Amino acid sequence: MFSLKDKKLAKQIVSKIKKLDVNYKFMHVCGTHQDTLVKNGLDELLSSCGIEISQGPGCPVCVTTPKEIEEMLILAKKGITVASFGDMINVPGEKQSLQNLKTEGYDVKTVYGIEDAVKHAAENKDEEVVFMAVGFETTAPTTASVILKKPPKNFSILSCHRTIPPALKSIIEMGEIKIDGLIEPGHVSTIIGTEPYEFLSKKYKIPQVVAGFEPLDILMSVWMLVKQIKNEKACIENEYYRAVHKKGNEIAQKAIKDVFETKTVKWRGFPKIKNSGLILKDKYKEYNARKKYEDALKIIENKEFKEPKGCRCGELLRGLITPSQCPLYAKKCTPTTPVGPCMVSFEGSCNIQFRYDKKTIKN
Amino acid sequence: MRLNIMFYIALTIKFKHKFIIYKDIDGKTMCLAIPGKIIEIEKNKEHAMVDYGDGTKRKANITLVKVKKGDYVLVHAGFAIEVLDEKEAKKTLELFKEMLSMEEL
Repeated sequence: MFSLKDKKLAKQIVSKIKKLDVNYKFMHVCGTHQDTLVKNGLDELLSSCGIEISQGPGCPVCVTTPKEIEEMLILAKKGITVASFGDMINVPGEKQSLQNLKTEGYDVKTVYGIEDAVKHAAENKDEEVVFMAVGFETTAPTTASVILKKPPKNFSILSCHRTIPPALKSIIEMGEIKIDGLIEPGHVSTIIGTEPYEFLSKKYKIPQVVAGFEPLDILMSVWMLVKQIKNEKACIENEYYRAVHKKGNEIAQKAIKDVFETKTVKWRGFPKIKNSGLILKDKYKEYNARKKYEDALKIIENKEFKEPKGCRCGELLRGLITPSQCPLYAKKCTPTTPVGPCMVSFEGSCNIQFRYDKKTIKN
Repeated sequence: MRLNIMFYIALTIKFKHKFIIYKDIDGKTMCLAIPGKIIEIEKNKEHAMVDYGDGTKRKANITLVKVKKGDYVLVHAGFAIEVLDEKEAKKTLELFKEMLSMEEL
């Protein structure tokens, strides 16, 4: 259902691109796009056609900062039940991960979504439960929807939600790498629509295409970007129109707007990005773990936490290097012994590379 | 019809691995969303049973979308986040073909 496959069409796109003899660098910001690219060998195929595609800061778990992990570790050690998505729990903080605490006997729960954490709180009124709310615009409305329904008082969230367009602006303005075109994330776009990207094309003259997740979606979006460049155009186009509408999901947008306000926050590997974080509005402060446990979290308020030693996730998230350029990749750092988040998360480029790399599979 | 979007037909351009549909059922991944069909809406209209077509059925929250029984939705972290347009999906391949045949590049 809704898969999109046509071998002949895919070949046609590739041969069309090949004929043009181009040399472009594109960026996408989505772990699922990276998975499609690597799993199907599209990264190598497109590279042979002169098109390099890097992942950028498109992995919510990866861009979560060491400090946010530390906040959760403090809460867990305080005896609070902490819950989050599976890969978030395995990301190492400065010294340990939530998973390490779990093995020490602290109450750390892996959940499929926020509703599981709320259910746990409702069924265990004697426990305090904190959900680490990680994710971009795709996930933020799920958190918002729960908060609007007034969950039990023993439940709160530590919001680590971030939004994509400010990060794209930041990476373009940093100017560290050449970006000839952006492949925009399909699922984030189902929520926000295509309008929030328009300013990037207008201001920075960058072609953009919202893409779906089938191999053919990616190839088609690459072709659409190439076409824009060749025709000297720069606008936002929508390849994934079977799921993404110009205005997005307005119910979800309203939920986000009702519950959150924006804040300038740090992303892993980046300096602070203006208005890129979503924090709970004051009227929902009873659900804000940072307010509720202010005293416990005070000790790290002004403390900066370092990246794990030798980890180059920061550069990877800015599109400056590929996983194999990191000396730790597949040596000290593997999915079972991850040093940084890009190897932990199923959406991190290192993890994806490792899973599909012929060399690492053999080992 | 030659182009049957309703079934997974493997695209074989340099296929390294067998095609599998993404799953985030076990909570390992976050940003993924998978399509499924609404088979039953609960009385409170907040949740619905979603059939992912591979034997997996799971409850999803439907408060972020306007849906009816039989609609296809994208589900992320236990929430339906958007309704998929079946008609548009069926037309997609045809449209791509048209676009490619028209291009002069």
